[in-house]
Amino acid sequence: MLALRQITAPMQRQCWRAAPRAVDTISLQNRRLYSSQESVAKFNGQKDAQGRYTVSLIEGDGIGPEIAVAVKDIFAAAKTPIVWEPINVDPIIKDGKTAIPDAAIESIRKNKIALKGPLATPIGKGHVSLNLTLRRTFNLFANLRPCRSVAGYKTPYDNVDTVLIRENTEGEYSGIEHVVVDGVVQSIKLITREASERVLRFAFQHARAIGRKKVRVVHKATIMKMSDGLFLNVGRQVAKEFPDIEFDAELLDNTCLKMTTDPTPYNDKVLVMPNLYGDILSDMCAGLIGGLGLTPSGNIGDECSIFEAVHGSAPDIAGKGLANPTALLLSSMMMLRHMGLGEYADRIEKAAFATLAEGKALTGDLGGKAKTNDFAAAIIEKL
Amino acid sequence: MLSRNSARAAQRMLRAAAQPSQRLNLARGFASVSDAPSQTVQSDIFKPTKYGGKYTVTLIPGDGIGAEVAESVKTIFKADNVPITWEQIEVSGLSDATPAGRTEEAFQEAVASLRRNKLGLKGILHTPISRSGHQSFNVAMRQELDIYASISLVKNIPGLKTRHQNVDLCIIRENTEGEYSGLEHQSVPGVVESLKIITRTKSERIAKFAFSFALANNRKKVTCIHKANIMKLADGLFRDTFNRLGKDYPQLQCNDMIVDNASMQCVSRPQQFDVMVMPNLYGGILSNIAAALVGGPGVVPGCNMGRDVAVFEPGCRHVGLDIKGKDQANPTALLLSGTMLLRHLGLDDHANRISNAVYDVIAQGPHSKVRTRDMGGEATNNEFTRAILEAMEKAL
Repeated sequence: MLALRQITAPMQRQCWRAAPRAVDTISLQNRRLYSSQESVAKFNGQKDAQGRYTVSLIEGDGIGPEIAVAVKDIFAAAKTPIVWEPINVDPIIKDGKTAIPDAAIESIRKNKIALKGPLATPIGKGHVSLNLTLRRTFNLFANLRPCRSVAGYKTPYDNVDTVLIRENTEGEYSGIEHVVVDGVVQSIKLITREASERVLRFAFQHARAIGRKKVRVVHKATIMKMSDGLFLNVGRQVAKEFPDIEFDAELLDNTCLKMTTDPTPYNDKVLVMPNLYGDILSDMCAGLIGGLGLTPSGNIGDECSIFEAVHGSAPDIAGKGLANPTALLLSSMMMLRHMGLGEYADRIEKAAFATLAEGKALTGDLGGKAKTNDFAAAIIEKL
Repeated sequence: MLSRNSARAAQRMLRAAAQPSQRLNLARGFASVSDAPSQTVQSDIFKPTKYGGKYTVTLIPGDGIGAEVAESVKTIFKADNVPITWEQIEVSGLSDATPAGRTEEAFQEAVASLRRNKLGLKGILHTPISRSGHQSFNVAMRQELDIYASISLVKNIPGLKTRHQNVDLCIIRENTEGEYSGLEHQSVPGVVESLKIITRTKSERIAKFAFSFALANNRKKVTCIHKANIMKLADGLFRDTFNRLGKDYPQLQCNDMIVDNASMQCVSRPQQFDVMVMPNLYGGILSNIAAALVGGPGVVPGCNMGRDVAVFEPGCRHVGLDIKGKDQANPTALLLSGTMLLRHLGLDDHANRISNAVYDVIAQGPHSKVRTRDMGGEATNNEFTRAILEAMEKAL
């Protein structure tokens, strides 16, 4: 099955990279120099008879459906070769564990790619968060979180352009916890060589793909000498496979301090780190540029990848047409690039950033008065 | 294998934590940046040694910039005739700094001295990354002396312009357990487990400390930082303990926030925070983020409090090996930590004179050529120290 897929999928499409210009040469080089390891997490989706890809769409809760409509409209206007397949992921309890419906799993497995709006995790019903369930079900090992300053939305920080990659499956979020005796809890942070290697290799490949020359591991190996030490050492080893990329490491404390002081030195680097640090730092970076409403996110796995808006479902403004679709739209750009449809992504992104910079059709959260569909219409006009 | 060993270790920690309950009479003046209402020190539990009208205080300059900034503190304290005798102990976390075998010995000496004097002023010690390297002395010292509460005072210094204005928060961090428990093992090659320990006893202790601190310093709001949505048991215990105890303090506003959200809020709207209390690792992260908001590690004072011992050290713990010996360091953080120590002893006059002089010098602006580099000036540590001495003289 796997072999079949590789034969049928042309080279160009196998490659998940963003820069179409560089794709062929890089992957050839890749094959020659590093034939032992394939690039991780490439997109293997198939086109239908009309040359279109099918993408599973999880609209999500609250404002999800509205912002999904905006994205769909913009994609249609840009004539993107995408067919949407809406799926429902309302959690079910299967063998006492939170699970997502089989139909949804089937759809994502088939399409190998999905776009997801915000999901509200039911609190206190014994549900594991759905996001976590999705990550586990599809083994989405890397969380890619770029943050770029949006012209037109002023924050104390200018010219932010960070790229963070977070290990997504283990670390502090392994979910292994127990009460030893009453009042004493142990929570286990799990670091494995396999998962670390996978995410680090992805980080290096991603650095190449987006044309950055430096990869930096963020760690706390002074205190957690074994666990973070392992992550760091694997990083050093993987770095040898990528002689064209500069590798270094930085203590978590220093990263926090320097990034908050001045984030611009991080504009030429890809940061990669274990789960918890990534979670905290990626949200902090989002804070630098104005919040989660402006940042895209991609969960990358070998089998499939899910791109999502990481902000909340904002039930208070749901259905009123006030929501800002930027995060979901930017996530869908990442998705297009992952699928090798970079040219469409570039066009839409240009229109979106131009609309934001212009500042005429901004939604309420950015200080404007426009409705969700006004914003979408402004982007479509620019296309 | 795992469960037995780690359970035993955890039980040991519990026993250690379950010692006689704390008396958290903390109504001493942790005056934040400007002159907060000063409180008298001489209550019952802290009885620092005083010989011939002078207090003996352990001074551990630390690695990196430690020696230089400690020198500034000594000079300035001497100029103000502060009744303190320093008992200086050179500890270093650098392997080449001391003769082989001396490192551990010096560390033990420092711990013994702190036990005796009950008061210390300390720079930061270097910790190596390598696995064969020793455990962090900073952490070991806090665990050994059970100085469980770390306080960082983060406030904009008048005249020192940064990206954020009106920041005034303090970070209280549990110092002795959590992710820094030091319990780690390799189950099979390539699979490592690191234990984070949260106990009810220690969570109660730090929560009570935070509430008492807030009351003693006229703070209005205490925020608990956690990640209980993922670590439901461990951070859940921490948060629930905080919320339960918070009910006993109706005069304070209590809320909790998830750590990633808190970091985001911290860089976008830091003014919303007042007192924040959190487990060990999050404290490390947030104190760095917060320090960056007001001008970096050079200007944030702090201290570590235990039942018997109080060690004052910069609130954002950076060794500064890169600028070691270059006379570029900013002694403000250690100086202000020193004034916290003076207020702790009830020596408010000295504390006010010194801190006012520091603020005066900083307020002269970046063009006055008396600020150190990290504050946008060109002055060396020496020149900055001299400027403070002159300002003190002028004020007389």
